[in-house]
Amino acid sequence: MNTKYMNPYLAGFFLGLVLLATIFITGRGLGASGAIKDLTVAISDAVAPKHTEANPFFGNYAGPGKENPLKSWLVFEIVGVLIGGFISGLVSDRLKFVTEKGPGIKPKTRWVFAVLGGALFGLGAQFTRGCTSGAALSGMAVLSTAGFIAMLSIFGSGYLVAYFGRKLWL
Amino acid sequence: MGPFVPDLISDQLNLVVALLLGIAFGFVLEQAGFSSSRRLAGVFYGYDFTVLRVFFTAAVTAMSGILILGHYGLLDTDIIYVNPTWLVPAIVGGVIMGVGFILGGYCPGTSVCAAAIGKVDAMFFVGGGLLGVLVFGELFPLYENFYTSTSLGAVKVFDSLGMSQGLFAFLLIAVAVVAFAVTTIIEKRVNKDSAPSLQFKPLKHAAAGTFAVVLGVIFIFMPGHKTSLIDKVTDPAYAAVHPVDTMAVDELAFRIVDREPNVKVIDIRTPAEFAKLSLPGSYNVQRSDFFGKDWIAAFSQRHVKKVVVGDNEADERTAYYLLHELGYENLAVLRGGISAFQNTILDSATFVPTGSRWDADVKDFRESARVTILKMIADAKNKPVKTIIKRKIQGGC
Repeated sequence: MNTKYMNPYLAGFFLGLVLLATIFITGRGLGASGAIKDLTVAISDAVAPKHTEANPFFGNYAGPGKENPLKSWLVFEIVGVLIGGFISGLVSDRLKFVTEKGPGIKPKTRWVFAVLGGALFGLGAQFTRGCTSGAALSGMAVLSTAGFIAMLSIFGSGYLVAYFGRKLWL
Repeated sequence: MGPFVPDLISDQLNLVVALLLGIAFGFVLEQAGFSSSRRLAGVFYGYDFTVLRVFFTAAVTAMSGILILGHYGLLDTDIIYVNPTWLVPAIVGGVIMGVGFILGGYCPGTSVCAAAIGKVDAMFFVGGGLLGVLVFGELFPLYENFYTSTSLGAVKVFDSLGMSQGLFAFLLIAVAVVAFAVTTIIEKRVNKDSAPSLQFKPLKHAAAGTFAVVLGVIFIFMPGHKTSLIDKVTDPAYAAVHPVDTMAVDELAFRIVDREPNVKVIDIRTPAEFAKLSLPGSYNVQRSDFFGKDWIAAFSQRHVKKVVVGDNEADERTAYYLLHELGYENLAVLRGGISAFQNTILDSATFVPTGSRWDADVKDFRESARVTILKMIADAKNKPVKTIIKRKIQGGC
């Protein structure tokens, strides 16, 4: 079985075709952070419906008369990502519970920083109205100014702070 | 013509489409190696530029596809979702996400993909993502105004930079190809033993890069579908070999008075002018709206004569040719434009005898038509105006 990754340019070409097909068929791009938002809203609405619906941000997505937040395009798409990623891992023999980390840190440290990084992504993506997929990649494909701003600010900021995070990875 | 949502694909079916496209998305992400945080983080430390290669190639591929499909009129690029810009919030959010990338090693899409194959760190990242959204929502009142500040709308990057779409596309491709070459050199220096680029076949990659740049050069000279069609029909050589069907003012007046259902007026003037005076049974459609799908149902009824009415006959002819090129049939232009109709029918005081023996009949007809049509116009003003709402597909995260 082939456990090697695909040539990145070829993979990028295929990813571009998937994105193109998405835009051609549905008129919208791919995304990810939106599904995480929908899931957050759904959980919050299940645990504390009154509090959630009174919140000026979550109230836009939950409450009477609103569609179930989990019945959204991005949630279905992200379930597909889970399935597609799993199939790929299966055919390339990469299914394994493992914590990936830099050589200098313990798994627990890695977990703490993964939560922190995820939280910053979840928070930042709300301001930018999307993450690397929905704002940067899909936004660039349709030549929106927002897409290029997202890409430049995410990667620009990453390079600026990379030095301070080097112990996590090198 | 794409997109197929919502005409051919219902909102319900669209969710199934989302699942299938998601599977393809997840599969490709995983095959690309985006399920590995060390690989993703490598782009910031120079030991692995996979992220840059996949990301830019994908963006350039999708963009090129959209430009080509749009050029041939196969994709209605006016209604696809273009991410709106809230300038300062977008930058602030991006900076926050950049820090998140360094600390977390994933972005949301890749973390889901990595969690699917058992990466424990990715599962923590996804959990963190939920927390982040929750914190954002709970603290929302603090920055509610900031969140919607500096809104620029759904602007395109080439407009923001003041250049043509094709030139921007070329520059993006050129920047991508140069970045690929430079980062490969860096990667091989930083990561002498295991740089992914050590596996690349230089000749094939150089050929692919050259192809991309050539495609970019073609984009500079490739106008959009609309521009090229308008250029085509406004060329005098085109008009020379394409006769138009015309309709005289009296005939149109007669058929309006007759309330003939098989005649419709396509009024191409501005909505302001249309509001001041519009003929009974007319659609107000600007030339730029011919291209979309909104008017297909109305325009493609072959048994209905569509009379193009505008300020002058030259405008009408251009519109006529465009409709013809777009495949619509049974068209006519109103001779002399709306002003001729107004002068001859609606202001009957200006009747000019032609010396024909029918002068008296014509005068009578016009006078009765004037009364009837003015009444029809007045009646129509009291009725709600039927307009087609411009569609825009919703999207985004």
